Amino acid sequence: MKFSGLVFANLFRKKLRLLLTLGSFGVALFLFGFLAVVRAGFGGGVQDVAGADRVVTLSRSGFIQLLPRAYQDRMLRIPGVKAVTFDQWFGGVYQDEKNGVTEFAIDVANQRQVFPEMKVPEDQWEAFIKDRRGAIVGVKTAQRFGWKVGDHIPIKGTIFAGTWDFNLDGIYHGRPNKDDETQFWFQWDYLQERVGADIKGQVGWYTVRIANPDDAARISKAIDAEFANSPYETHSDPESVFFANWVKQFGNIQLLILSIGGVVFFTLLLVTGNTMAIAVRERTAELAVLKAVGYSDRFVMLFVLSESLVIALIGGGLGLVFAKVITTLWNPLPGVLQIFYFSPQAMLTGLLVTLAVGAISGLLPAIGAMRLRVVDALRRV
Amino acid sequence: MVRVDAFGNSSSLIHVRGLDKKYYRGGEEIHVLQGLNLDVEKGEFVAFMGPSGSGKTTLLNLLGGLDVPSAGSITVAGDEITHMSSGKLTEWRARHVGFVFQMYNLIPVLTAFQNVELPLLLTKLSKAERRKHVETALGVVGLSDRIHHFPRQLSGGQEQRVTIARAIVSDPTFLLCDEPTGDLDRKSADEIMELILRLVKEYHKTVLMVTHDPVVAQRADITLHLEKGALVEAGELEIATAGGAA
Repeated sequence: MKFSGLVFANLFRKKLRLLLTLGSFGVALFLFGFLAVVRAGFGGGVQDVAGADRVVTLSRSGFIQLLPRAYQDRMLRIPGVKAVTFDQWFGGVYQDEKNGVTEFAIDVANQRQVFPEMKVPEDQWEAFIKDRRGAIVGVKTAQRFGWKVGDHIPIKGTIFAGTWDFNLDGIYHGRPNKDDETQFWFQWDYLQERVGADIKGQVGWYTVRIANPDDAARISKAIDAEFANSPYETHSDPESVFFANWVKQFGNIQLLILSIGGVVFFTLLLVTGNTMAIAVRERTAELAVLKAVGYSDRFVMLFVLSESLVIALIGGGLGLVFAKVITTLWNPLPGVLQIFYFSPQAMLTGLLVTLAVGAISGLLPAIGAMRLRVVDALRRV
Repeated sequence: MVRVDAFGNSSSLIHVRGLDKKYYRGGEEIHVLQGLNLDVEKGEFVAFMGPSGSGKTTLLNLLGGLDVPSAGSITVAGDEITHMSSGKLTEWRARHVGFVFQMYNLIPVLTAFQNVELPLLLTKLSKAERRKHVETALGVVGLSDRIHHFPRQLSGGQEQRVTIARAIVSDPTFLLCDEPTGDLDRKSADEIMELILRLVKEYHKTVLMVTHDPVVAQRADITLHLEKGALVEAGELEIATAGGAA
């Protein structure tokens, strides 16, 4: 601790340079934090969201092609299946085109058996069941639009034309920062009232809850075998695989984010490395004097390295805190990035990254300072 | 050139024998010091003079353990320093040597107090003890009222006083001064010389000083002249014998 004054005094030697270096770290780590949140939002954490005991069944032709409602009973007969529910993608906006909402027409009878982690107060659920035009929304969507239970919500259909009126009967909560809390549920029966005959009695996809997660692959195959060679063949996957395939639709987001992050940090490394090298070079004589009065080579190396680490820690820490604040207050794409959360794990990773960059950028100048010969350094003055 | 007793023994504080220093520059060998012998007694004030390139600063660097000789030995207060490892030599410097440089070499972002405290941070002294030592050292050099000033707020002479305070704060065995007045006007130079003399007379410090200035050198107890890496002339040597006595 008695040397900390020495380190901090040196940091403030050139205030503008310190500010710019801190700024470089701050901006880079802010970007890191923001990209980490975007990556997670695009499904980087699908393993957390997906239930190990769920299988998703779509039409073999793809997401657009519907499946018969009658498949539900046949699926229930497959050994190992506990419950089956279905959904239909609705696609609608609230008041304005940019206010996209993730609406699903759901199977009211089985929704809660298959998705028990999505909690709805019992009285609200009861009201929803009894209300043909009822809706349940995730807490984040309710907060986003300022909706409360009892509100009448007109939704303009983009797939199913016209304005659809809903009564908000309840609000669901998932596990914080893990589950999608932006969905809008309404009764599949209500949808059926207004759709054309060509898609009546059809659903978008099934979600199957199974008794044993180890059977996910077997049951997926069994479901697809059940409907093989029919007009509506299926393709089933464990939910984690389904989500991973879903994420692939956005292209290789992870590679893109890692590439941007890599370039940013490499640039940061060059900038800070150069800054530290200049900082050491311009006080060669002072370091030589430290050695002359008895400071060891190792001390001088650690002294220079600690300056670099302190800059990294302060600058990077500020960037991470700023990223946390911004991502808490603002989601740039609320309709697309349902989970927009800077997790403590990601913050810790950011902190480790910033310390690593600080250490690497300070290492060469620190080694140079360590190897500095007092006689040579003083001769240069 | 050496000062020894009739039996070739020496009880001196600094005992140098057969000191050689060679450099290689562009494949050419440069012999900076050649077979130099020297004894300095405790409490003596020795000045080294000589033209540029005569080896004065090299000798000072070797005596201060900042450089290692090509051959020969240096013994200070019984410690043979020429074969010490780099780490040991660093520790030895901290205990035994106080450096005063021509360009002061104070750390500009530290106050006079903090600059003087630097050598003490390596010791086990408590904060209060360090403060006491620093205040004493700054008092000796007459800068008690400039304790919280930064180097840029001090004159050249005052900066050099701070350097001297830093050199004496850990009570080293001897002081090495490399042209301590070289960057000062005559008045400031005189004040610094008065201070160094006071350290010798009142505090019985041993001082070895390199200078180009004969007026400054005159004030030392002994002036030794270096010419092409050898001591060629004695000022007030007690005994001068041939190299064989070394």
